[in-house]
Amino acid sequence: MTYQPIRFYQTGTFTVGNRLLPDEQRSVQANMRRTNSLNSGHRACQGCGEALGARYAIDAAMEATHRQLVAANATGCLEVFSTPYPETSWQIPWIHSLFGNAAAVATGISAAMRVKGRHDVRVVAQGGDGGTTDIGFGCLSGMFERNDDVLYICYDNGGYMNTGVQRSSATPPGARTNTTMPIGDSTGARFGQGKDVPAIAMAHEIPYVATATVAELRDLEAKVRRAMEFRGARYIHILVPCPLGWGHPSADTIRIARLAKETGLFPVFEAENGAVKHVSKIKVKLPVEQYLQPQQRFAHLFKEPQRRDIIERIQQLADRNIRRYRLLDNVERRA
Amino acid sequence: MLKQVEGSAAVAEAVALCRPEVICAYPISPQTHIVEGLGRMVSAGKLAPCEFINVESEFAAMSVAIGASAAGARSYTATASQGLLFMAEAVYNAAGLGLPIVMTVANRAIGAPINIWNDHTDALSQRDCGWIQLFAEDNQEALDLHIQAFRLAEELSLPVMVCMDGFILTHAYERVDMPSQEQVDAYLPPYEPRQVLDPADPVSIGAMVGPEAFMEVRYLAHAKQRQALELIPAWADEFRNIFGRESGGLTHTYKLEDADIVVVALGSVLGTIKDTVDEMRDQGVKIGVLGITCFRPWPSAAVRDALSRAKRVVVLEKSLAVGMGGIVSNNVSASYAGSPDLVHTVIAGLGGRSITRKSLHKVFAEAVEGRLDTLTFLDLDHAMVERVLTREREQRRSGPIAESILREIGVVAAKIG
Repeated sequence: MTYQPIRFYQTGTFTVGNRLLPDEQRSVQANMRRTNSLNSGHRACQGCGEALGARYAIDAAMEATHRQLVAANATGCLEVFSTPYPETSWQIPWIHSLFGNAAAVATGISAAMRVKGRHDVRVVAQGGDGGTTDIGFGCLSGMFERNDDVLYICYDNGGYMNTGVQRSSATPPGARTNTTMPIGDSTGARFGQGKDVPAIAMAHEIPYVATATVAELRDLEAKVRRAMEFRGARYIHILVPCPLGWGHPSADTIRIARLAKETGLFPVFEAENGAVKHVSKIKVKLPVEQYLQPQQRFAHLFKEPQRRDIIERIQQLADRNIRRYRLLDNVERRA
Repeated sequence: MLKQVEGSAAVAEAVALCRPEVICAYPISPQTHIVEGLGRMVSAGKLAPCEFINVESEFAAMSVAIGASAAGARSYTATASQGLLFMAEAVYNAAGLGLPIVMTVANRAIGAPINIWNDHTDALSQRDCGWIQLFAEDNQEALDLHIQAFRLAEELSLPVMVCMDGFILTHAYERVDMPSQEQVDAYLPPYEPRQVLDPADPVSIGAMVGPEAFMEVRYLAHAKQRQALELIPAWADEFRNIFGRESGGLTHTYKLEDADIVVVALGSVLGTIKDTVDEMRDQGVKIGVLGITCFRPWPSAAVRDALSRAKRVVVLEKSLAVGMGGIVSNNVSASYAGSPDLVHTVIAGLGGRSITRKSLHKVFAEAVEGRLDTLTFLDLDHAMVERVLTREREQRRSGPIAESILREIGVVAAKIG
């Protein structure tokens, strides 16, 4: 029997209604039995993208592993806001050791579980972009290279927010941080610097690499679930806006994350064994100004005299991503 | 079973007898043979179940050990010198978290100038990190201390560092009595962690602690180390009962009963010191030796007791608190009831310089005659140092320090320039 697939979307959004989906496709967060792995009561700022991303990611990992999950956490906002002594928000076995060693600690946990014959227990390491792309990069690369059975999740808010907003190797060009202040001729973080860690992860040819944003939480959950289907090193890089560091209203976290993807500045894709398998297409291409302008960290580009030259260079970066990941190719047009 | 083996091989075998579950390996001389030996045993399936992980740095080695230990696995690694410094942040962290990791430190100098030979500056740089630090006098003791270390670490939930002199012990072939698996199993029970990452009973390990409780956490670490001062001698006794030999404990004494002069030292140099002391005893000098086996916790009462009769104390140490003097002697002074003026520091053997009986004779004789300075650098070439200092005074761009010294002794292009 042939049938016409029907998609339901909520009016004016691209979000499909959860209740209209079959059980197995419903989001983890919509489930009454979700684990609240990162429980309420923590000290994250209002509108924190990292708290949102971590909550969805870890609950999805808990579901995928039938609650047999251990987490290693790098020093950073997530660690500080979740475990102010003597309280903890974590409802899962969780360890924080140092800023730069989350991947290696996770490797150790994974090795211990193997020795103990606990093949059902899976390990997640998590950190911010500073703990991942900078200080923890050696341990991360080592974990990838050995293909240790660890899912590493990087919550990328483009800087050292826990120490008061300084530049990291994930800070985008043109952004103001407290160590890339647009003073005099300077226009914020420099162009031609920074690390593309998802691409570097792919170069290690690990089984699974994905990027996601907190604007598409169902996609984020699906990627965590998919990651848990593999053994070996896996990497998910999640863009998590930071109202404090980026200078946008806390209510706009998801909107800003969506704009990062829809402008092409943050390509959202999945890769297996070093090759891109799927990209999330841009639905309606937007100019980068729409992403930049609502954020105080780019405000200096829009003050008179406007720095159209810098904005144009940022647009070129978005266009390069669109070409590289074919973000606009074969987009399904809907009426 | 008696065996003629390299020190590193003896230690590798002793660690293997302790049934380690996760071993992290990163090469650095003079420790490398130990992890090579363990790696071969793991490859051959002799240690199963055991994970052998070739990590990318010493920092990762200690970090992997932290994760493995927190997940309930008996964890081991080995390092030396620069490697110990490179992992220093994780070394402190392992102690702070209370994880019973055992690590061999094959003692080696710290650069610059880079130097692969033996002294104690690596381990002593970490004296306040919260690890228990044991120093082996010979290869038999190095082997035995590892077995004791796992028991001690796991009982107290504290990490233990077993220090053995690089090359002098690690690369020396000596006869050792290798215990049987049954003996080690009788001494060392399976690891029962005090804290463990277990999905059935979730805990958060490594939370942030502010001023309201940090002092208490640090105090507990100190209290546990003081507890070790009681456990170490008790378990050395138990070790003797099972293995039939004296090994470990807090200190070793030699001809101390009637000694007016006591020489204090750590590690393999104690052998040369005892030989020298025997010769001086033959000449009628009342001299004895106090060997420090347990440097952390500092066995203050045992040292005070051992030095209670001493009229003069000579601390011979392979380490230097630059700008101050001795590290070991500073600890010894704190435990000596007599005047601090009677405690002499002799810095010796830095960067692997030989410590000969002849030089020891000379310096001990000076102590007997009351002519020894408070701080002495054994066999230091004073004339050479003076020439370098003179050149530095006269010449602004005097060049790299190490090269200047080597020129002085004619090693590097001495006549050029």
